[in-house]
Amino acid sequence: MNILLILVPAALLLGLIGLAAFLWSLKSGQYDDLEGAKWRILNDDDLPEDERPEHRDGGSEHETRSHMG
Amino acid sequence: MTTAERDWASFAEPDGDGRLAMELAVDGIHCAACMTRIEHSLAAVPGVERARVNLSNRRVSVSWRPDETDGSAIVSTLADIGYDARPFVRGQIDDSFRRERNALLRALAVAGFAAMNVMLFSVSIWSGNATDITPETRLLFHWISALIALPAAAYAGQTFYRSAFGALRHGRVNMDVPIALGVILALGLSLYGTITASADTYFESALMLLFFLLLGRVLDHAMRRRTRTFAENLAALRADTAVVIDSDGTLKERPVNEVPSGALVRVAPGDRVPVDGVVVEGRSEIDQSLVTGETILQSISVGAPVYAGTLNGEGALTVRVEAAGAGTLLDEVNRLLDRAMTARSRSVALADRVARYYAPFVHAAAFLTFLGWLALGAGVERSLVVAITVLIITCPCALALAVPAVQVTAAGAFFRNRLLLHSGDALERLAGVDTVVFDKTGTLTTPSAQIANLSELPETLVAAARALAAGSRHPVSVAISAGPKPSSVASDLRETTGFGVEGLIDGCPSRLGAPAFVGVEAEAAALAARYPDATLVGVRVEGQAPAVLAVQQVLRSDAAQTVAALKGRGFAITILSGDRVPAVGRVAEALGVIDWRAGLKPADKIAALEAMQGEGRRVLMVGDGLNDAPALAAAHVSISPVTAVDVSQAAADVVFLGDRLAPVPMALAIGRRARRLMGENLGFALVYNVFAVPIAVTGHVTPLIAALAMSASSILVTANSLRAQKVPREMQVASPQSSSSASIGETVVAT
Repeated sequence: MNILLILVPAALLLGLIGLAAFLWSLKSGQYDDLEGAKWRILNDDDLPEDERPEHRDGGSEHETRSHMG
Repeated sequence: MTTAERDWASFAEPDGDGRLAMELAVDGIHCAACMTRIEHSLAAVPGVERARVNLSNRRVSVSWRPDETDGSAIVSTLADIGYDARPFVRGQIDDSFRRERNALLRALAVAGFAAMNVMLFSVSIWSGNATDITPETRLLFHWISALIALPAAAYAGQTFYRSAFGALRHGRVNMDVPIALGVILALGLSLYGTITASADTYFESALMLLFFLLLGRVLDHAMRRRTRTFAENLAALRADTAVVIDSDGTLKERPVNEVPSGALVRVAPGDRVPVDGVVVEGRSEIDQSLVTGETILQSISVGAPVYAGTLNGEGALTVRVEAAGAGTLLDEVNRLLDRAMTARSRSVALADRVARYYAPFVHAAAFLTFLGWLALGAGVERSLVVAITVLIITCPCALALAVPAVQVTAAGAFFRNRLLLHSGDALERLAGVDTVVFDKTGTLTTPSAQIANLSELPETLVAAARALAAGSRHPVSVAISAGPKPSSVASDLRETTGFGVEGLIDGCPSRLGAPAFVGVEAEAAALAARYPDATLVGVRVEGQAPAVLAVQQVLRSDAAQTVAALKGRGFAITILSGDRVPAVGRVAEALGVIDWRAGLKPADKIAALEAMQGEGRRVLMVGDGLNDAPALAAAHVSISPVTAVDVSQAAADVVFLGDRLAPVPMALAIGRRARRLMGENLGFALVYNVFAVPIAVTGHVTPLIAALAMSASSILVTANSLRAQKVPREMQVASPQSSSSASIGETVVAT
């Protein structure tokens, strides 16, 4: 049963890390725009110019895309 | 006259580094493409430091260096790419909602973390109890559980303790009282068990209870926040600003609530009057249908009082701002509103009614259990433990979720049907309604006037009339020119005040205006019999037969179907209007409503409602005007269209969007369904107690049973509540087509 002396603190530590990570993300405003966040992952702006896919350019995309329902 | 400059100090806030920051409500953000487009366009404006779109609440926050650019450049950039953006007034956004949400989420996270880790030990103990756990290991696990559970429960349960304490201090009992008591007793008993090295503790039950309840609160909060955010955006887009004439003669656009009494305000032709006051310069005609319900234009000149919400006609006015003085219409409305609001609070929410009976019942049961065990010869300690387990197991988790869970889901259904729910308990009140009272102007009819005889007119003449009307700000012209851009081109427009407009339509001399001005008195007289309430406007294009347009407020496209559908469902329908008798009579006749009254003042409307409620009827009031506001507050439950004046929207329980009346029966249907589900949920919670209480009273509750029973009942109730999402078919009014005119409506649908 001595193994508990390691396992119990390890389990609690992992839980606390998860809790701390959540509280940090909450504090840094990551839950303020859940709707926008899911689209921003598709944004290529952070890539260098030559690695971006060809097809997109500012305005034309807006017209071709129907409104999200 | 130069256009007024926005007073940016009222909108933007310095952010410390010499930059200014502001939030804008933006109409028409739908998708990721809009987000990218807006952010790119704004980033390209020199001087803009940061621009970020929030797609959840459809706002943009921008910060810029004031020496390089200003707010107008930002707003016009957005306008150039097709978005109508209006800055929020400083302090208009209520940040307390965000802080409250974050506090709830933190509590939820702590409760979740603690519940899971304590459960880890509890499961080990339960399986160990059945096999060969040593008392030392168990004691160690209990102590670790206690060390996690006590601080976590103290932190996570704050909302409940505070609310329970507040209620008790005022001598009342709410649902949080048995909750707080259950949690505190469960923790206390467990701590006692840990200290005395007993086999049973209830740490995990207390924490799971908190976790489930907090989850309910978070969802409830999210629902209220979504409605609130939307209402804030609407308010900003409606731009409650006034053009103030400063002492040096410059014009500044300021938020209405920053305009002091005594200031001079300029009201441009065709604009809504932003303040109450007295005209000091100019003459015009005023459309006050939104204020009194009357559809006839009223002439005003120097010295006449004007009210916020009325629509200015063709003349520019200068108005001296007055606070609502005694004896004015607004003063009367405010007074009646206060009285009506206090009357409303008499209706007690379902959940509180249940709590009122539930709490004494379980406390008595626990007390009797204690006495019973004592009488049967068990020791004081054993009797106390059993009595406390009764309180723990009856801790009303399912009961506390029963009503809010349905409210959250039903509010979602409201939102999808273009309805905004202001208060959750309005659902219960909607369910009990048996009488529907409509206001006429702006509620049964469209908020703005339209051409009533459009189908009888030749298309070319209508196009000509639209093109001519576009040159004038007279309310009637504005009504005519509304809609798609006319195909005809008008040039050389000249307006003769009080008569009409003349100009060239595609090169031909043309006139639009009073029948005498156009020379169509005979045709107008013929039409007057058919449209007695209409303003008749003649139009003549050289080379064509002249025509007369009847401009009046028309019924909403589905008013007749909606009223018929409501009658078919057994609702009594009444019209209470401030407009004149003939106008109201004709609308009532068209809709087949027998019970109608006209020419009512705000106090008369309240009296009529009180008479109905005195007969035991539950009244739903639907209205939009300033004169309806007290009635909206006095009725059992109330709905107003989004075009209503602010006071009325604030007094109403529900606001509906769009041009159609169909959301009204829909709200009633969703309300009824929600009320039924609440009843079912309370039934489930009751059944749970019927089984759980005898087990607890006889002393057979173990921590495992407590954890299972409490979680199962909570999950069952929550799952049942999800059924409120489905929109009931029964009340749907056959829709000719979905209206696409209101982009605000689209914003809602897109969510």
